[in-house]
Amino acid sequence: MTKIGYFPGCSLHGLSREYEESLKAIVAGLDTELVEVDDWSCCGASSAHGTSHLLAVTLPARNLAIAESQGLPEVLAPCAACYARLASARHEIEGDTDLAGHVNRILVRDFKNTVKVRSILEVLKGQVATIKAKATNPLKDLKVACYYGCLLVRPVEVTGGYDDPEDPSSMEDICKAAGAVPVKWNRRLDCCGGGMSMSRTGSVVRLSAAILKDAKAAGADAVVVACPMCHSNLDFRQKAMQQRGAWEGDMPVLFLTQVVGLSMGIDPKTLGMGRHFVSTNSVMARTAGTGSGAGTGTNKATAVAGEVG
Amino acid sequence: MARIGVFVCHCGENIGRTVDCHAVAEGCKDVPGVVHSVDYKYMCSDPGQQMVKKAIEEKGLTGVVVAACSPHMHEKTFRRAAAGAGLNAFLCEMANVREHCSWIHEDREKATVKAIDITRTIIEKVKHNVPLSTIRIPVTRRALVIGGGIAGIQAALDIADGGREVILVEKGPSIGGHMSQLSETFPTLDCSQCILTPRMVEVYQHPRIKLYAYSEVESVEGYIGNFKVTVRRKARSVDEEKCNGCGACTQVCPNKKIPSEFDCGLGKRTAIYVPFPQAVPNLPTVDRNKCLLFMNRAKGRPDTCKKCAEACEKGAIDFDQQDRLITEDVGAIVVATGYQLYTIGKDQPKDNLKGYGEYGYGTIPDVIDGLQFERLASASGPTSGKILRPSDGKVPKRIVFLQCIGSRDPQKGMEYCSKICCMYVAKHTMLYHHKVHDGVATVFYMDIRAAGKGYEEFSRRAIEEEGAQYIRGRVSRMWREGDVIKILGFDTLEGEPIEMDADMVVLATAMRPQPGIDVLAQKLSVSYDQHGFINEAHPKLRPVETNTAGIYVAGACQAPRDIPDAVAMASATASKVLGLFANEMLEREPTVARVDEGTCAGCFHCERVCAYGAVEHKDIKDRAGNVVRVIAYVNPGVCQGCGTCEATCPSKSVELQGFTDEQIWSEIQALGV
Repeated sequence: MTKIGYFPGCSLHGLSREYEESLKAIVAGLDTELVEVDDWSCCGASSAHGTSHLLAVTLPARNLAIAESQGLPEVLAPCAACYARLASARHEIEGDTDLAGHVNRILVRDFKNTVKVRSILEVLKGQVATIKAKATNPLKDLKVACYYGCLLVRPVEVTGGYDDPEDPSSMEDICKAAGAVPVKWNRRLDCCGGGMSMSRTGSVVRLSAAILKDAKAAGADAVVVACPMCHSNLDFRQKAMQQRGAWEGDMPVLFLTQVVGLSMGIDPKTLGMGRHFVSTNSVMARTAGTGSGAGTGTNKATAVAGEVG
Repeated sequence: MARIGVFVCHCGENIGRTVDCHAVAEGCKDVPGVVHSVDYKYMCSDPGQQMVKKAIEEKGLTGVVVAACSPHMHEKTFRRAAAGAGLNAFLCEMANVREHCSWIHEDREKATVKAIDITRTIIEKVKHNVPLSTIRIPVTRRALVIGGGIAGIQAALDIADGGREVILVEKGPSIGGHMSQLSETFPTLDCSQCILTPRMVEVYQHPRIKLYAYSEVESVEGYIGNFKVTVRRKARSVDEEKCNGCGACTQVCPNKKIPSEFDCGLGKRTAIYVPFPQAVPNLPTVDRNKCLLFMNRAKGRPDTCKKCAEACEKGAIDFDQQDRLITEDVGAIVVATGYQLYTIGKDQPKDNLKGYGEYGYGTIPDVIDGLQFERLASASGPTSGKILRPSDGKVPKRIVFLQCIGSRDPQKGMEYCSKICCMYVAKHTMLYHHKVHDGVATVFYMDIRAAGKGYEEFSRRAIEEEGAQYIRGRVSRMWREGDVIKILGFDTLEGEPIEMDADMVVLATAMRPQPGIDVLAQKLSVSYDQHGFINEAHPKLRPVETNTAGIYVAGACQAPRDIPDAVAMASATASKVLGLFANEMLEREPTVARVDEGTCAGCFHCERVCAYGAVEHKDIKDRAGNVVRVIAYVNPGVCQGCGTCEATCPSKSVELQGFTDEQIWSEIQALGV
């Protein structure tokens, strides 16, 4: 059993509960234990780095310092924005002793910056063989458009280059391991509109609709994401897109962890498949035959389902 | 009794500022054996050298110590001066009180004490110096040129015209290199083949050039003046003596759909082929990986197709031909193996190079590289010089060129500038404009580097007179929608993102050394940089020599080079080679290892550690001629004087002349430690 630190961030406890539910449901099957960072606080995404550079570094540093004192060598930040903030702060402090001293004085801690920050892609990429082995219910013929957005694999100085920043492949590899068929499409790395969902809905509708259209044109049954913000723009805003005439049809938008969970035969309810604005029934119809003994995955999943339910 | 003279140099302020040179001279006076000790402002100047000569003559010195700069700097100067006064040059030594003392210290008092110590150690060493004489080794006055591109051709012709024999080895079936693939050359737009092919023919017909095409260097032994090179002559499956180059065999070959290397995959060739009509030598070659007969043989099936052999009136086709190994003696080697283009698809030979998958090279057929465009623009190319795009053969009305793909990109490509791309892209826009009058050529660039005679004028002409649209900025992504290539980029002068459509895109990809350059460099014992480019001995003062004596480098295997550069380098190597060949004998420093034949037990530890292959076996015979012992012998022509054998010898039977144990021991003793 590998232990890895876990930084949920605000989204996974609110907006994207299904992301956390599905993540927790699959890790047991992947022989991994999530150790939540004690008393974690905001990572500073969107607001902090627009306000103060020091705040934008110190907020993530606080969380990393706590993880360090918990003896965690690495922390998983499933939200792409949290990942970017935590990894950027780590990178900046590493290269700047003055900044490191400043941050330490504010935190009133002896923070050594030893904690590695991992994205969900990085963690699952290392488990591709296990995912393949555990895929008792492989998502045969489910065509997925893997959407990376802006922050998951970039910039390479911050990510350490676990994937090609301009032409990545790790999400496709993970989906393939789960039995799905990644389609070739063009807008995998385009901007979805990010945090502008409320302030400039028109921009988000335009940008996100272009992404969905391209995925549809490539023949995808669903779009797969690994970021709560992307999910909200692509899933929740589909109605706004339809109202403004930018988009027709319904495109299910799944979290990568849900795709893996479905392939493991975990109960769709446990994976939060019902929490989406755009129905995921069309995806489930393609993966019928669930529940055929998914080993530890199912047991753990049931337990989590109990909690959530 | 030794009579040593000590000469302390101030080197202007270089030594004098930190070291009290007069005190050093005074401090050495009482060392036993020193009969003369003086200091002077510039010892290497003519009056300074005269001081040395005069003292040798007047005081009958048996040894000279010059306390000054590094021996690398002026050892030769003072040894020459000593020899001029009748003293054996190797009885003169340098005590380095500049690099090892004055330049690296600040405390004048301590530095002076250290300078005296350094000088005293060398005084003790010189007492044990013995006269040595320069080694003279014979020179084989023939040269080997590796690579038959324009650099290799030029080097071979210049050496041969200078009266010396040349062996020219080319890996491919024909000489000509990349230059033979080009359409027209910048900045004059003269036809590449028209200026190159006469030179190729000249090589073929030259009485002093022996051309080994379709051959590779198998191994290299020996040293400057005396290399022994084994060349693998790969089996063409065609008898060179019988073939008259009629081409009947290539007409009948049924396997006609093999991507042509010469046309960069845009054209097709047969399994038995001549790469291009002007090939030298004009001989067909059977590609055994693609020939039906050999494919059947590999599967253990009987020979079926022999159409080429049937068509050949001369009976020149020989399916059973084997590779032949030929040994040649040469005195100098020129490396001119040229370049390849960075592959920008996903499939990269090295892990740290990830390629540029975002540009769709290899997946979008109308995204091509610079050499492919050359073939499209070439009159001898697959489209007979018409600019037609590969996917559907239509004339592209909107063509986009991207510069610096893989170059100047430490993150994903090479950090260096490939030098030629700015110029050839400007040329490409002109060639396009001349052939597609209503077409629009757009160039994405980082900055224009047009340093060369007539280069700036040429690139301005492309922009101002030939209608090329230059956009400063990079492209982030390209994809295909229908038959259009969508381009997403950024204009850094306007400060705005750009989306545009193109019918064809040409990527100016980085120049890299040829694959396998590392293996060849190791065979030759020459060093190469992290990219595989061969290192020159000195970037400014010895640009065409390598760090191995007798091996020279020309053209794009040393760094990205254009044609004028490559030719200039090639001629420079030829002048170096001809200079080396000017004398029958070569003089070398006598500081080499020597084996004591009386004590050597023949364990050959020295042979195993010698990096230069200088240790040979020598038979010791009795009077009747029977071999009684086999001992080690160091070939003075090969030995580089590194001393590894001396350190390894268990019986202390090897000594490095000029650096004997006795000399080193005396130096240590002088320090009183």
